[in-house]
Amino acid sequence: MTALPAGPRARRGGRPGGRPARRPDGEGPRRGDLRAALVFLLPATIGFVVFYLVPAVRGAWFSLTDYSVLAPPRFVGLENYDRLVHDPLFWNAMGVTATYVVINIGLQTVVAIGLAVLMQRLTRSVLVRGAVLLPYFVANVVVALVWFFMLDYQMGVVNVLLQKVGVDPQAFFGDPTLALPTIALINVWRHMGYTALLIFAGLQAISPQVYEAAELDGAGAWRQFRSVTLPLLRPVLALVLVVTITGSFQIFDTVAVTTAGGPIDATRVIYLYIYDLAFGQLDFGYASALSVVLFVVLLGIALLQLRLTRANESDAS
Amino acid sequence: MSTTTSTLPARVPGRRAGAQRPASAAARGPRSRRPRAGRVLGWLVMAVVLLVTLFPFYWMLRTAFSTNAELAAQADNLGPAGFTLDAFRRVFGLTTLEESLAQGGAGGRINFWLYLRNSVVVATATTVGQVFFSAMAAYAFARLRWRGRDTTFAVFLSALMVPGIFTAIPNFVLIKELGLLNTFPGLVLPTFFMTPFAVFFLRQFFLGIPREVEEAAMIDGAGRARTFLRVILPMSAAPITTLAVLTYIQAWNEYFWPLLVGQSDDVRVLTVALGIFRSQTPQGSPDWAGLMAATLVAALPIVLLFLALGRRIVNSIGFSGIK
Repeated sequence: MTALPAGPRARRGGRPGGRPARRPDGEGPRRGDLRAALVFLLPATIGFVVFYLVPAVRGAWFSLTDYSVLAPPRFVGLENYDRLVHDPLFWNAMGVTATYVVINIGLQTVVAIGLAVLMQRLTRSVLVRGAVLLPYFVANVVVALVWFFMLDYQMGVVNVLLQKVGVDPQAFFGDPTLALPTIALINVWRHMGYTALLIFAGLQAISPQVYEAAELDGAGAWRQFRSVTLPLLRPVLALVLVVTITGSFQIFDTVAVTTAGGPIDATRVIYLYIYDLAFGQLDFGYASALSVVLFVVLLGIALLQLRLTRANESDAS
Repeated sequence: MSTTTSTLPARVPGRRAGAQRPASAAARGPRSRRPRAGRVLGWLVMAVVLLVTLFPFYWMLRTAFSTNAELAAQADNLGPAGFTLDAFRRVFGLTTLEESLAQGGAGGRINFWLYLRNSVVVATATTVGQVFFSAMAAYAFARLRWRGRDTTFAVFLSALMVPGIFTAIPNFVLIKELGLLNTFPGLVLPTFFMTPFAVFFLRQFFLGIPREVEEAAMIDGAGRARTFLRVILPMSAAPITTLAVLTYIQAWNEYFWPLLVGQSDDVRVLTVALGIFRSQTPQGSPDWAGLMAATLVAALPIVLLFLALGRRIVNSIGFSGIK
């Protein structure tokens, strides 16, 4: 799914068919590899079939049934899909999730690009890179709780500081207009270093000569960034966006431990809604239908993005 | 989580030091004042970024060593408010109910030792199984020749696109049908045999190992299994370690799946325990010190792992592979 620099190597190692000329010694019946391959692949294939492939098919089947786990699924055709079209909570969840993704990805990408460029210009220190990466490796739940405390209405350090500069304390998680942006910002905090490092790796691949040429042409730092860095970074950026957007749509942990969907559904994201339907209300059929829709939406966005950037790529280079 | 296979980011500084420095030094010559001012500004911004990034960790530490009574009074104290270890005693169930309540803790009994152990069991089992079996599969995809190989690999990889919840619902049903709810196998099995990412990650490395090495071993009479265990795995120690660390962190931090299948006390992992701890805290005056002590316990092993292996992890972030 991702564009990987494995192409040439893979081809060298590959070629299942083109062997005879290379093995004149007759020692290796290369077809024998198939048997070895089956053995080597056995555990992974079990895992893939049992926990990915069959569940995917089963999930699609559940979505066409009325299923409460307690009784066997009962086929209902497209009823679940018809229901979701008329379900205001579904549309609310999609809207909330989309808003979250826009705030989260928008800010995160801008901050990460800035941070990546900053790192490239200032330092290659592993210490700095490690520090900005640290939040990404701490559990969502931990991150959520630490910020939950720091943003507390009465005792949170953020509100204490706000009061010192004369701003009224804010109920970051209690105010319906603030709750979702707050959660989006918390996750910007967690992911910005990681995203910046991905972009940083992309920046390293840009040849220094291009910058030298730009400098000779009299381009300043900003102009270089706009006319050299951004266009050349576009393929990398596209890949980063596909990955981060897909992840962002699946926001769950942070919401589950802080607001649990409130206040008044302002943070009831799609994952949380599906989780509630399945494990709160035992409505597995309907929940499966929603997750099918989520899957299709994510797939659509990824394909669209890759397609758009492929068109741009040929323009830029 | 994401990572790369190639050593590209690691190699870059060396290359640049040789090739680029003279050129950029020359370019900088004529206008040496402005870049300097820019650098100062840049470092200022960087300092702010680092402060924002690291402050919450400090705050977690500081609060964990405070008492709840003092926290309220000294919300703006940058040091611990009334230094104490009581919060940790509460978290590890070392206080009596009365003591706990007097300290502003919750009434429920909590025992983070147990949850810590459970997290270690789950993360370790997941890592061992996933890395070893994924390495076997990666070997078959990178090194063996068989019809249908590339197609099979593509099918494996396609699982990367599936959102977790789509398979989580049927997987929950499966684990329930197998009678494995609230057991360690139930928690571990779905990611025990492979993840598309792990297979992909290791395949990239195995592709880069020279074929001659392997052929030498085969000529010496080693079979495929022996070659894999004695040649391929040792040669890939570095990427396998990186993958193992990433897998361990991922498994340690996982919340969604254990929330579904690991609710009971004897298999409850730290992340789930934290969520429960939070929802149990009294609404009016939450046990903040206890909560922060608990988050610290949950985060500390990962932070230590990160400090020990940070360079390897940092250098592994890049573009050969993303998940």
